[in-house]
Amino acid sequence: MPLNTQPNFSEPGKRYFRAFSPGDDFYEMLIDTHRDLSDEQSAMVNARLILLLANHIGDISVLREAMQIAREGV
Amino acid sequence: MLSTYKYPKYEYRRPPELDGAGQGHHPVIIVGAGPVGLATAIDLAQHGQRVVLLDNDDTVSIGSRGVCYAKRALEVLDRIGCGEEMVAKGVSWNVGRTFFREQEVFNFNLCPEPDHHRPGMINLQQYYLEEYLVKRAEAVGGIDLRWKNNVVGVTQQADGVELRVETPDGAYSLNADWLVVADGARSPIRSMLDLDIEGKIFMDRFLIADVVMDADFPTERWFWFDPPFHPNQSVLLHRQADNVFRIDFQLGWEADPEEEKKPENVIPRIKAMLGDDRPFELEWVSVYTFQCRRMKDFRHGRALFVGDAAHQVSPFGARGANSGIQDADNLVWKLKLVIDGQAPEQLLDSYSAERVFAADENIMNSTRSTDFITPKSPVSKTFRNAVLGLAEHYAFARALVNSGRLSVPSFLTESILNTPDTDTFAGDMVPGAPMDDAPIESAGSAPWLLGTLGNRFQLLHFVEDAATLDLGTVHALKALAHERVAVEAIVVAARGQAPEALRTVIDKAGRIRERYDMRAGTTYLARPDQHVAARWRAFDADAVRAAVARATCN
Ligand SMILES: Cc1cc2nc3c(=O)[nH]c(=O)nc-3n(C[C@H](O)[C@H](O)[C@H](O)COP(=O)(O)OP(=O)(O)OC[C@H]3O[C@@H](n4cnc5c(N)ncnc54)[C@H](O)[C@@H]3O)c2cc1C
Repeated sequence: MPLNTQPNFSEPGKRYFRAFSPGDDFYEMLIDTHRDLSDEQSAMVNARLILLLANHIGDISVLREAMQIAREGV
Repeated sequence: MLSTYKYPKYEYRRPPELDGAGQGHHPVIIVGAGPVGLATAIDLAQHGQRVVLLDNDDTVSIGSRGVCYAKRALEVLDRIGCGEEMVAKGVSWNVGRTFFREQEVFNFNLCPEPDHHRPGMINLQQYYLEEYLVKRAEAVGGIDLRWKNNVVGVTQQADGVELRVETPDGAYSLNADWLVVADGARSPIRSMLDLDIEGKIFMDRFLIADVVMDADFPTERWFWFDPPFHPNQSVLLHRQADNVFRIDFQLGWEADPEEEKKPENVIPRIKAMLGDDRPFELEWVSVYTFQCRRMKDFRHGRALFVGDAAHQVSPFGARGANSGIQDADNLVWKLKLVIDGQAPEQLLDSYSAERVFAADENIMNSTRSTDFITPKSPVSKTFRNAVLGLAEHYAFARALVNSGRLSVPSFLTESILNTPDTDTFAGDMVPGAPMDDAPIESAGSAPWLLGTLGNRFQLLHFVEDAATLDLGTVHALKALAHERVAVEAIVVAARGQAPEALRTVIDKAGRIRERYDMRAGTTYLARPDQHVAARWRAFDADAVRAAVARATCN
C-alpha cells in the first residue's frame, strides 16, 4: 500500500458532523503533547513519537516514501 | 475617518416613569441593543411578546468589529425579517487563499452544497447589521426601545428583577419578571450581580484597518502566514461592502497599541502589503486583544445571559455575533412558552445547557485556530510551518491548515430535549441537529424549507403522493394543532396535495428526502428554532405528544 496523503484522521466510535473536526482533534492533541516541555524535551518526544509510529506502520516501503517527502525542500 | 458610512443617531425619549407614568413592571426587559439584544427583542415581539429594550448609547456599533456572518445566523435573521437586507448589502465570497511566505500554498472554495438558500458566509460591516435590526425592531411593533437609558443597578428577587436606570433627564426604576442580559463583553450587569466569567486572554495584539479603495482585488479571503511584508506574523484581508477592505495585522504582545495606531505607522504597513502605489483611504484603525471565556451558567434565576455577555471567543472563525444570534434563536421560544405558562421554568435551564455546549464548541474551534495562527512555542511553530510547507502538495496537510474555521451551528446531540432515535436513519439530521435547508414548492410560502419552518413546533410527515394520505392520518395530524403546545403538521411529498387543505410542501429537488433520509411515513418533529427534536419511521400521535412534552420539559 502506498503512503496515504489524503486526510485520514478519525477516532473509532466518534461521530463527526464537520469535515475539519478529526484533523483539528489530532492537531490539538499533538500540540498538547508538547505543552510545558523544553525544546530539548520536545525534540526527544518527537523522536520517540516517530519511532512508535514507524513501528506501528511497519511497512518499510511506506516509511521510505514518507521519509523522502519529509526531507524534500527542508 | 469613516467616509463611507453615516452613523444613525436614534432619538432619546424621556421615559414616562420619570413623570410618574408608565407601568414600571414588565414581563421582559432586555439590556443592550447590540446585535444580540436586538435579535432577542425582535424574535419575542414576533411571538407577540411586548418587551422593553434599554441601551446606554444612541447609535450602532462604532468602527470595525464583526465582518463575517455565517449561514446559520443568516437563517435566523431570515426568520426575524432581516436576512434579505443583509445578503443584498453584504459581499458573498467563496474562495479563500492561503499564503506562506512568498507563495500561495493552496486555496479553498467554500462553494456550498447546492440547493441551500443562504451562502456559507457573507461579509458586512457590523454597523449595517445593527442598523437593519433597529429598523426591523421599530417596524415589528411591541418593542419599547429606549436609547440613552443606562442600567446602573440590578437587584434579583425571587420572581423578578429590579433595575435602576439613568437617563439624561434623571434616574428611575423598572421591574421585570425576566431580564435578558445582552450588554456585551464587559457586561456591567454581570459585574453588578457579582457573577464570574472564566477563560483566558491570548497574549497577542492585532491591528485592524479599514481601508477604502477601488481595488481590483477579487472578492476573496486572503490569509498570509509570515509574509515578506510583515515577517513572522499573520495578515488577513477581507472585502466588505462599499469597497471597504478590512485588514488584520498580527502585531505580537510586545507591540505598543498607541504607537501602532498612528497613521504614520499604519500607512506604510498597508503600502507594503498592497505592494504598489494604488490609492487608498484609511477609514478606521484600532488595536485589539481577545479572550476566550464563558460564564458557567447562562441562567441565574430570572436573569438570562446572551451574546458576548455570556461568552467571548477570538475573532478567528467569526463566532461572536454569529453565536450570539443563535443564543437568541434558542432562548426566545422557550422564554415565550414559560411566560405563557405552557412550560415550566426548567425549560430555561436547557437554554443554558444547550448554549453552553455550543459556546464550548465555539471556544474550542476558535482557540484551535488561534493556536495555529499564533503558535505558542518553538515546537508548535515548527509543526505549523511543516503543515504549511506540505500543504502545497499534500491534501492531508491542507486539511490541517487552520486560519479560522467557518462558523457552523452546533449539533445539540447531548440535549435533554431530544427524543433518542428508536429507528435507524442515514445522514446527519439526528435529534438535536440544526435542520438542513432544501428547495420546496408550496402555495403561499417561501420556496425554501427553512422559510417554512420556525416559530412553533412543526411535524414533517413524508408521503410520495400527498393526495393518497388517508383521512385518519389527516385528522390525527390536524388535531396536533389543538394540543396545549400546538404542533403544526406539514405534509412533505414528491407530488400532490393532502386532503382537507392540510399544508403540503413539495420536495421539488428531492433534497428533503435525501438530506433527511425520508421514506413514506417518515416523520420529523421540528423545534421552533429549526432543530430536530425527534424522528420516526411512522407517524404515531402519542409518540409525538411525548416528544413535544420532552422538548418543553413538561
Ligand atoms: C475585531 C473584531 C472582529 C469581530 N469579527 C466578528 C465576525 O466576523 N463575526 C461575528 O459574528 N462576530 C465578530 N466579532 C464579535 C462581535 O462584534 C460581537 O460578538 C457582538 O458585537 C456581540 O454582540 P452583543 O449584542 O452580545 O454585544 P455588543 O455588541 O457589545 O452590544 C452590547 C450593547 O449593550 C449596551 N450596554 C452595555 N452596558 C449597558 C448598560 N449598563 N445599560 C444599557 N446598555 C448597555 C452597549 O451600548 C451595546 O449597545 C468581532 C469582534 C471584534 C472586536
